[in-house]
Amino acid sequence: MNTVVAQLQRQFQDYLVSLYQQGFLDNQFTELRKLQDEGTPDFVAEVVSLFFDDCSKLINSMSRSLERPENVDFKQVDSGVHQLKGSSSSVGARRVKNVCISFKECCDVQNREGCLRCLQQVDYEYKMLKTKLQDLFNLEQQIVQAGGAIPQVNIN
Amino acid sequence: MQQCSILSQLITDMNWALNNNPNPEEKEPKSSDLYHLGAIDLPEKPRKIEFWRSGLMGFAKMQLQQQHSVAVKMNNNGNNDRVGNNNKKGSTFIQEHRGLLPKGLILWTIFVGFISRGIYQWMDDTSKVRREEVLVSMCDQRARMLQDQFSVSVNHVHALAILVSTFHYHKNPSAIDQGTFAEYTARTAFERPLLSGVAYAEKVVNAEREMFERQHNWVIKTMDTGEPSPVRDEYAPVIFSQDSVSYLESLDMMSGEEDRENILRARETGKAVLTSPFRLLASHHLGVVLTFPVYKASLPKDPTVQERIAATAGYLGGAFDVESLVENLLGQLAGNQAIVVHVYDITNASDPLVMYGNQDEEGDTSLYHESKLDFGDPFRKHKMICRYLQKAPIPLNVLTTVPLFFAIGFLVGYILYSAGVHIVKVEDDFHEMQELKVRAEAADVAKSQFLATVSHEIRTPMNGILGMLAMLLDTELSSTQRDYAQTAQICGKALIALINEVLDCAKIEAGKLELESVPFDIRSILDDVLSLFSEESRNKGIELAVFVSDKVPEIVKGDSGRFRQIIINLVGNSVKFTEKGHIFVKVHLAEQSKDGAESKPALNGGVSEDMIVASKPSSYNTLSGYEAADGRNSWDSFKHLVSEEDLLSSSEFDASSSNVRLMVSIEDTGIGIPLAAQGRVFMPFMQADSSTSRTYGGTGIGLSISKCLVELMRGQISFVSRPRIGSTFWFTAVFERCDRCSLKKPTVENLPSAFRGMRAIVVDAKPVRAAVTRYHMKRLGISVDVMTSLRTAVSTVTASSGRNGSPLPSSGTTKLDMILVEKDSWISTEDIDSEIRQMNSRTNGNVHHKSPKLALFATNITNSEFDRAKSAGFADTVIMKPLRASMIGACLQQVLELRKTRQQHPEGSSPATLKSLLTGKKILVVDDNMVNRRVAAGALKKFGAEVVCAESGQVALGLLQIPHSFDACFMDIQMPQMDGFEATRQIRMMEKEAKEKTKLEWHLPILAMTADVIHATYEECLKSGMDGYVSKPFEEENLYKSVAKSFKANPISDSSCSQS
Repeated sequence: MNTVVAQLQRQFQDYLVSLYQQGFLDNQFTELRKLQDEGTPDFVAEVVSLFFDDCSKLINSMSRSLERPENVDFKQVDSGVHQLKGSSSSVGARRVKNVCISFKECCDVQNREGCLRCLQQVDYEYKMLKTKLQDLFNLEQQIVQAGGAIPQVNIN
Repeated sequence: MQQCSILSQLITDMNWALNNNPNPEEKEPKSSDLYHLGAIDLPEKPRKIEFWRSGLMGFAKMQLQQQHSVAVKMNNNGNNDRVGNNNKKGSTFIQEHRGLLPKGLILWTIFVGFISRGIYQWMDDTSKVRREEVLVSMCDQRARMLQDQFSVSVNHVHALAILVSTFHYHKNPSAIDQGTFAEYTARTAFERPLLSGVAYAEKVVNAEREMFERQHNWVIKTMDTGEPSPVRDEYAPVIFSQDSVSYLESLDMMSGEEDRENILRARETGKAVLTSPFRLLASHHLGVVLTFPVYKASLPKDPTVQERIAATAGYLGGAFDVESLVENLLGQLAGNQAIVVHVYDITNASDPLVMYGNQDEEGDTSLYHESKLDFGDPFRKHKMICRYLQKAPIPLNVLTTVPLFFAIGFLVGYILYSAGVHIVKVEDDFHEMQELKVRAEAADVAKSQFLATVSHEIRTPMNGILGMLAMLLDTELSSTQRDYAQTAQICGKALIALINEVLDCAKIEAGKLELESVPFDIRSILDDVLSLFSEESRNKGIELAVFVSDKVPEIVKGDSGRFRQIIINLVGNSVKFTEKGHIFVKVHLAEQSKDGAESKPALNGGVSEDMIVASKPSSYNTLSGYEAADGRNSWDSFKHLVSEEDLLSSSEFDASSSNVRLMVSIEDTGIGIPLAAQGRVFMPFMQADSSTSRTYGGTGIGLSISKCLVELMRGQISFVSRPRIGSTFWFTAVFERCDRCSLKKPTVENLPSAFRGMRAIVVDAKPVRAAVTRYHMKRLGISVDVMTSLRTAVSTVTASSGRNGSPLPSSGTTKLDMILVEKDSWISTEDIDSEIRQMNSRTNGNVHHKSPKLALFATNITNSEFDRAKSAGFADTVIMKPLRASMIGACLQQVLELRKTRQQHPEGSSPATLKSLLTGKKILVVDDNMVNRRVAAGALKKFGAEVVCAESGQVALGLLQIPHSFDACFMDIQMPQMDGFEATRQIRMMEKEAKEKTKLEWHLPILAMTADVIHATYEECLKSGMDGYVSKPFEEENLYKSVAKSFKANPISDSSCSQS
């Protein structure tokens, strides 16, 4: 039993560290995890799912805006990107945030091609992150079910 | 750390871009401008390049964005240009039609040419008309005179005819014979100068021929042959003739055809008739023959032709020398040479016969005048034609006027043309300049933008770095780790400070820096500054001291932050450049220094090289004994200042004006400033030389900022410096006097009041330093006696305690509480330790009298010295310099074992305190971003706050309708529809209305949440009524600071909010 927990915990640790190392997450995610305590056990999951909902909504609306080659409402796209940048930096979704930065630049020069490229990238990145985090949460749950505690992971 | 790596990644990216890729510059000329801005004479300042380069990292990130905004700007420029062109069209006609200028000049020249020609024509015409008039009058005059002369001659012939008729026919026998006639005519020839001769022919009919021939003894001969005349009806033989024409005698005048006709015509008309001109035999002059009829009997009145013919007796004729006549006539008249005269017989109009004049002599054929001549013969017509001999010369005035006019006209045209060309050129230049100006301004704007962007881009990750470092320091660290982290934090803070400086510089350049006016305590500010540098100065072993004159009001109004910035800058410089000696900050009223300062003009540095050599005493009366650049702070003038304070009541200067002008001088004994560099000390990015920045670091921007700030404070800054001796910087600044206002916030270090009324002896051989010590002690309320040597002090104390062995009631006032000894004085006094010990033991032995405590002042102290001090009896304490009133107070408290009057407020930023601040608070979080909202809420909840969220400004406004139960509000700034500023303004408005209605004061602390941390945003926040800001994402320290600041105003006690 203990060995299973320990194994799971190590797995969890390694996985989380790899997420940081691969640049999916940054310190803000650590901060986020710090905010989670007994009172709010699902805080991180909740925020993250909010974030993904937000992502899919924003990406949908932006792709609609960018659909037609003419009359792209860059202002609207820009506000979407701004939103996305804000939420991704709040959550610590580093890769998404970085794409958002270049997305915003494209948006500022009204480069539709670039925007579309960035949109695809954002879509890809957030879905990627979503699966990764899903795995992470699954691991977490497994640990909890196995009766273990979520280990503190020191990322440096 | 992630942030760090982002930053360094950016830097490497940008370095690569700068070094390898010229394309960005080509693509975006504006950015290359910016590179140049950054790179102005930087080659010798590699550090700065690094800085700018790292700044550019951020810029690179923003490049596309920048490009966008620049593009917009350029569009604007384009618009401006177009507008400018429109204006140009309106204002400068010339500019528009520059191509027409040369054409205009040519046209004008042609036009002037035409006019000149016209003038020439006109003048020529007038002169011609005048010439013609002259000719006409001359010609008419000649014709008239000729006519008159001729008729006179005719009259003479007429008279002769009458003579002949009278004496030849009416006398019987005839009274005239050939001899008489000849003689008479010869003698009267003067009357007929033009008649070469006269002859009389008698009318002889054929029937009477024979009788006539017989009577005269000759036969009638014909004129052309001289043969006897054939038979005719009638003859007219000459019977009398003047001698000159005697050859005519007996010739029949009617034998010639023309003569015959003349004779017939003459006797029919009774008038003189003329022949056509012919050459006279004698003179070969042109002449005419004049024939005049002589009648026998007197004719009836108005005789008919028949009667005339019947009455005809003979004919008198004479050859008339027309040529001579005219010649004589013309000879008499003026202007003869000028004209050519011809006289013609025009009886036969188609073939005029010349009567006078040389046919070859043509004269001016263009102009002639005809005058009619009437010689009395109705059958013959004559005329006179006059011409000018020479062609009309062109008049002189025409010759001068016309070219002159043309020249003037052409010159006028040319002047206008060149003026036009000049105008065009000037306007071209003007437009070019305007364009350049626009570009320069754009570059300036771009520069500011660049600075703002760069600083923002650097500050954002830097804040992250600092925050994380702070958190790192909160964790369990080994001492080495802690040291590293702390170093990193210090460096980060220095970097932020530098960025702030650059921002300040940009702001000052843009003229956007405004000073605030809040009351502050100068002395505590100086103490703060001193404490900042105390560590460094102590390590270097230099003395750092501050002295504020008593005249300086305790509290003045002004910009404390900027004042502090100037002093920090100057003191920082001094500390940086000083290795030994002292740094002395002195503040007094500018008026006070006048008498002392102006007596000696500020000589800059080595100007007085000989003075340095000449007056080189071993020690100087300065703070530390080292020589200072400016003699003003030496004891000679300083004691003047100090004693003046004692003598004059401080109210003397006061209240005269609402402003107070302070003079602050910072004296150091550092390396000084090289003479060559002194001129450019206050120029930005200039240090004494490039090696300085390598040795000591720094950007060289501080002094220029200080200068600007001082000028904003209506003061001036200057310095005196002597290389290798030191520098003294001084500046003046004007503050508002603020006697009545008290500080809202209690000073950070409230000076303990427990020392009031105490007495102390300060032992210090250096009067300046003693005065500084006294100043600090005075602030604590301790009265101080200064003694120059420890020995005298000890003897005094011993004596007094010996004398006053027992406490007397009166001795309370003179009671000595402590003796403070300067380390130098103690070290230099040999063998004093035992005496001190003795004194200590003696006084300590006195149970009634509390002995004076001993304390030592020292800048730095070695361990052995410390042990010796302990053994000597300075057991109580060593007060480390630099002196600060609060620190002295703290030390003395320790020595005197006074209970601390005030518990220090724990100044940490642990989550515990944050928790205590936030627990139970009801906080509204306004953010349009759901995720952000959730995170903020989570963070605040973690610290025990109750959080309500609102997704827009409007919702927040609805929730905040008064009365509400919120304790604070965190407001996102960038929100669609209603942004944070607007929402805050409306909330404040609502609160104001509520106050008016209910008289209840509402003030909800509103904190902005922003990722933007440049000053402008912060100012905007305050302007719209916010209380502070927290940078996003939340960081504990930052959050705590803001929350603590705005919650202080609201006492924590009333946090009885409803729990949900």
